[in-house]
Amino acid sequence: MAGLLHLQSTLLPSASALRRRAGAPVPSSSRRRCRVEAKIREIFMPALSSTMTEGKIVSWTAAEGDRLAKGDPVVVVESDKADMDVETFHDGFLAAVLVPAGESAPVGSAIALLAESEEEIPVAQSQAASFSSSSPSPPPPQETAAEEASLPPPPPPSPAPVAVSAPARPSPATQGGGRVVASPYAKKLAKDLGADLFSVTGSGPGGRIVAKDVEAALAAPKKAAPVTATRPDVPLGSTVPFTTMQGAVSKNMVESLAVPTFRVGYTITTDALDQLYKKIKSKGVTMSALLAKATAMALVQHRVVNSSCRDGKSFTYSSSINIAVAVAIDGGLITPVLQDADKLDIYSLSRKWKELVDKARAKQLQPHEYNSGTFTLSNLGMFGVDRFDAILPPGTGAIMAVGASEPTVVGTKDGRIGIKNQMQVNVTADHRIIYGADLAAFLQTLAKIIEDPKDLTF
Amino acid sequence: MSLSAASAAVASSAAAYRYDTIRPVARLRFCGLRREALRFHSPRSTPQLVAARRSVVAAATAGNGAAASGGFDYDLVIIGAGVGGHGAALHAVEKGLKTAIIEGDIVGGTCVNRGCVPSKALLAVSGRMRELQDEHHMKSLGLQVSSPGYDRQAVADHANNLASKIRSNLTNSMKALGVDILTGIGTIVGKQKVRYGKVGFPDNEITARNIIIATGSVPFVPKGIEIDGKTVFTSDHALKLESVPEWIAIVGSGYIGLEFSDVYTALGSEVTFVEALDQLMPGFDPEIAKLAQRILINPRKIDYHTGVFASKITPAKDGKPVLIELIDAKTKEHKETLEVDAALIATGRAPFTKGLGLENINVITQRGFVPADERMQVMDAIGNVVPNLYCIGDANGKLMLAHAASAQGISVVEQISGRDNILNHLSIPAACFTHPEISMVGLTEPQAREKADKEGFEISVVKTSFKANTKALAENEGDGLAKMIYRPDTGEILGVHILGLHAADLIHEASNAIALGTHVQDIKFAVHAHPTLSEVLDELFKAAKVDTAVSHSINEPVAV
Repeated sequence: MAGLLHLQSTLLPSASALRRRAGAPVPSSSRRRCRVEAKIREIFMPALSSTMTEGKIVSWTAAEGDRLAKGDPVVVVESDKADMDVETFHDGFLAAVLVPAGESAPVGSAIALLAESEEEIPVAQSQAASFSSSSPSPPPPQETAAEEASLPPPPPPSPAPVAVSAPARPSPATQGGGRVVASPYAKKLAKDLGADLFSVTGSGPGGRIVAKDVEAALAAPKKAAPVTATRPDVPLGSTVPFTTMQGAVSKNMVESLAVPTFRVGYTITTDALDQLYKKIKSKGVTMSALLAKATAMALVQHRVVNSSCRDGKSFTYSSSINIAVAVAIDGGLITPVLQDADKLDIYSLSRKWKELVDKARAKQLQPHEYNSGTFTLSNLGMFGVDRFDAILPPGTGAIMAVGASEPTVVGTKDGRIGIKNQMQVNVTADHRIIYGADLAAFLQTLAKIIEDPKDLTF
Repeated sequence: MSLSAASAAVASSAAAYRYDTIRPVARLRFCGLRREALRFHSPRSTPQLVAARRSVVAAATAGNGAAASGGFDYDLVIIGAGVGGHGAALHAVEKGLKTAIIEGDIVGGTCVNRGCVPSKALLAVSGRMRELQDEHHMKSLGLQVSSPGYDRQAVADHANNLASKIRSNLTNSMKALGVDILTGIGTIVGKQKVRYGKVGFPDNEITARNIIIATGSVPFVPKGIEIDGKTVFTSDHALKLESVPEWIAIVGSGYIGLEFSDVYTALGSEVTFVEALDQLMPGFDPEIAKLAQRILINPRKIDYHTGVFASKITPAKDGKPVLIELIDAKTKEHKETLEVDAALIATGRAPFTKGLGLENINVITQRGFVPADERMQVMDAIGNVVPNLYCIGDANGKLMLAHAASAQGISVVEQISGRDNILNHLSIPAACFTHPEISMVGLTEPQAREKADKEGFEISVVKTSFKANTKALAENEGDGLAKMIYRPDTGEILGVHILGLHAADLIHEASNAIALGTHVQDIKFAVHAHPTLSEVLDELFKAAKVDTAVSHSINEPVAV
C-alpha cells in the first residue's frame, strides 16, 4: 500500500515502477526476482482438435487487468463443434490481449500475456507492443483520453489509458481521490470503447454519467470533418488518389458548373423551434429531422422549388418530396434521403433518420437511399458557421445551406431592442426552372413555419 | 335424495360406526366436488346443480362435525392460508378430516399475492420485451419488429389481475370442499387450543386434534436500511410495478434479486447488484453461476459490487437520489457511496412467527424460525417433540419454496391420517425464472464432493451444452448448460442443474428420478421425443457411465 501512494505522486507510473524495482525492497511479495521477463507468461492458442491449424477468438472472458486463478476461463475459441472455454494454467493478471475478439491466430501462437503480479502488467504491455501486426494498438481517441487522464489525479499504476477497472475491483474513483458516478451501462461502454470516465461530463440526474455521455465523448474526436485537414493520418507531401466516393463527389461538383444558379438568403428566428426541440428531444427527435420536416411542409406549398431540370428544356415535377440531408462520414460526404418527408410525422421521421445515419456510417446505404433526393439540406451550424452557400447537386432544383442559430440583438417593430435566436439560411437554385420570386416566396413560407412550429409535430 | 333424508342417513350411520363408515361416503362426494372445485369457477353450473352440491356439503360437514372430531371442534386447524396451508387443507379434506384454516391477512399469502404469481406475470412480460428488443436475434430469424414498447400500468394490471384470479380460485376451492375459512390472527393458547380474532372483534377459541403452523415469511430488511415504499422498497412493493426507475440498485443477488434484475433490465432500467459474499449468486452451483453471469449479467446493463454490505440506505427526497453506503463485508470500512434512483432490498426472507403464542407451549423460535424435525413436528425448548403440533413452509426454514411448503403439508396430513411420512427434501426441485431459466434439484457439485469425501464414495459429473440441442438451436437460444452429478458405482443421481430455455420445466424428469430412487442406468433407455429440449437431459443420462458390475435393475429382486 505504501508503494501505491508513492506512485500516485508522480505522473509517470512506468518510470516509478522501474524505480521501485531497483530501489527499496517491497514488503508485499517475497517472490520478486530481478529478471522481470520470466514472470510474464504467454497464453497460447490451443489446438482443440488434431487437425486444427488456426483458431478464431469468439470473445475474451477476462479483461485486461483482471486477476485470474488457475483454471479460470480466459477466452472463448471457436472450434468446429462448439465454442470452447480456454482456461489459464497459472495464477496471475491478464496483462495484455494480443489478438482481439473476432480475429484468428495460428495454433501455438501467443494470444495474450499473463503477468504474475499486478506490478508486471505495464512491462507485459510494453512487451505486447513489440509483438507485430496483432498488437493491440488503441484507437486514436484513446490516446487523447490518456493525455487528459494524466492531468486529473492519476489512476492506479497501469499506463493503460483505460481508467475504468473491471467491475469486480473497487472503482478507481475511490482510489484516485475524485468520485465518478456513472451508470452501469456507461461504465460498460467506457470499458469496451476505451473512454476515460474522469474526462466525461455527466448529463444524467445528479450529474451522473450516462451511456450517451460516453458515446458523445468518444464521438467528438472521431467525427470526421468534411475538410480533410483535421484528420490525423493525412500523408503530407504526397499525392493520394480519390476514393470512389470522393471521385463521385468531384464529378457531381464539376457537372454543377453547367447549371446557372443564383442564391437567396434569409434570416429566420428560431426561438419557437428551439423550445419545441427541447420539449420533444427526449422522444428521439433531432434538429435535422425538424428542419427537414419544416422544409418539406414549405415545399408542399411551393412545388416548383421541388422540381428539377433534367434535359435543359422542361420542368420535371416530382410527385414526392424527398429531403436529402448532407452528412459527413469518414472519408467523404453522403446524402441520405428522407422519403416523403411531408407525409411522415416527426417521430417516424426522426427514427428513420437515425437508421439512415447508422447505415451511412456503416457504409450500407442502398442507392435509392442516397440518390432519390429532390431537395437537399446542408447544415454547418454545429461548427459555428453563420452563413455559407452550397453547390447545387445535379438532378435537383435547389439546395439550402443552414447556418448556426445565434442569439442576436434585433430591433423590434415597436422600436425596442431585444435578443432573439436567429439563423441564416441560404438557398442555391437552378435559374432555368426556379425564379427569384419563387424562391423568395418559398423562404418566406419556410420562415413562417419555423417561427410558428405548432404544425411540425403532426 | 332430499336434503333431510341425506342428513338423516348420515347421522344415523354416524351414531353406529363413527369414523369408518362416514369416511367412504365423504370421500366419494368430496373427490367429485374437488374435481369440480378445481375446474375454474364454471358459470355454467345450473342453480339446481349448485344447490345440490351445497346440500351435499352441508350434509357431509354436519355429519363430520358432530362425531368425527372426538370432542374437538376440528380434526385439523391450519394457521395461515398460504400455499402451504392450502395444500395441507385440500389433502386433509381428501382424507376426511374436518378442517379449518385461519387467515389473518389475505388468502393465498405471499405466493399468490406478493410472490410467485405476480412475479411470473412480470417475468413473462419482460421475457417477451427482451426478445422483441433483441434486434440481432430477430434478424437472425428473419423477423422485423419496429420499436417495441410497453405500458407500465397495463403490465402492472396483468400481474394484479392474475393474483386476484388465483386468489379467488384458491378461496373457492377451499370453500367448495367445506374447509372453514376463519378470519383473524391465530394464537396457540394451549395444547390443542387455538384462539383467533380480528382487532375490534371478540376472540373465538376453538379446539383441534392437530394444529399446523403455516404462517410463512416476510421480506427481511437489514438494519440501517430505511424503506419508504417508493424509492427504497422490497419485493412486496416492487411487484406492484408502480414505477420503472432509470437506475436501480438491487441489494442481494439470490434468485429474487436475479429475477428482478431480469424484469427491470428488460423494461429499460440499469441495475447495480450489491452482494455481501464474494461471489454473485452464491446459492447456485458455481459452474452454473459462472455461466449465468456470462449470459444474464455481463451482456446486460448490469454492474455489481461484491463483498460489501449496504450499511445505510437513505430514500430519495428533495431531488436528491437514493444514497447507499457500502462497507467492506470483512473490514467494515467504508468503500463507496452509490447514488441511484431506487433500491430493491432482496436480502432474503424472515419467518413470520410473532403472535403465534409459542411461549404458551414452551417453544422457542431460533432466529424467528419454528424448530421442527424431519416430520415437521414442532420441538420445544428442551428438544422434545410437541405432540399434535406441526410447522410447515417458510416458518420452519427448511426449504423456503412454495411447493416445498405444500409438500410438507401433505406429508403432515399423511402422518395425521395414520401413515408415517418423511419428505425427502433432496428431491424437491427449485427454479429461477430469468431468461434463460435456471433450475436445480439435489446437491451442488461442491456439496456432492463434500458428501463423497465424508462417506467415502466417488462422484462423476456429466455436462452437455444447449448448443448441441436441435430445438434450442431452432429457436436460436443455444445458450445454456445442463449438468448431472451422480455416483458411478451405484448410478444414484445426486444432483442435476440446468441453465437454459425452459429449464424450470425440464428439471422434473430429474427430480422425479431422485424422488423415486431411479438409477441412471435404468433411465438412460427411456425415449425422449425429437426434437425437444428434453433431449438435453437424455444426453446427460446417456453420457453417464455407471460401473455395470455393481449395477442392478430396480425391477430385479436383490439377492440378500
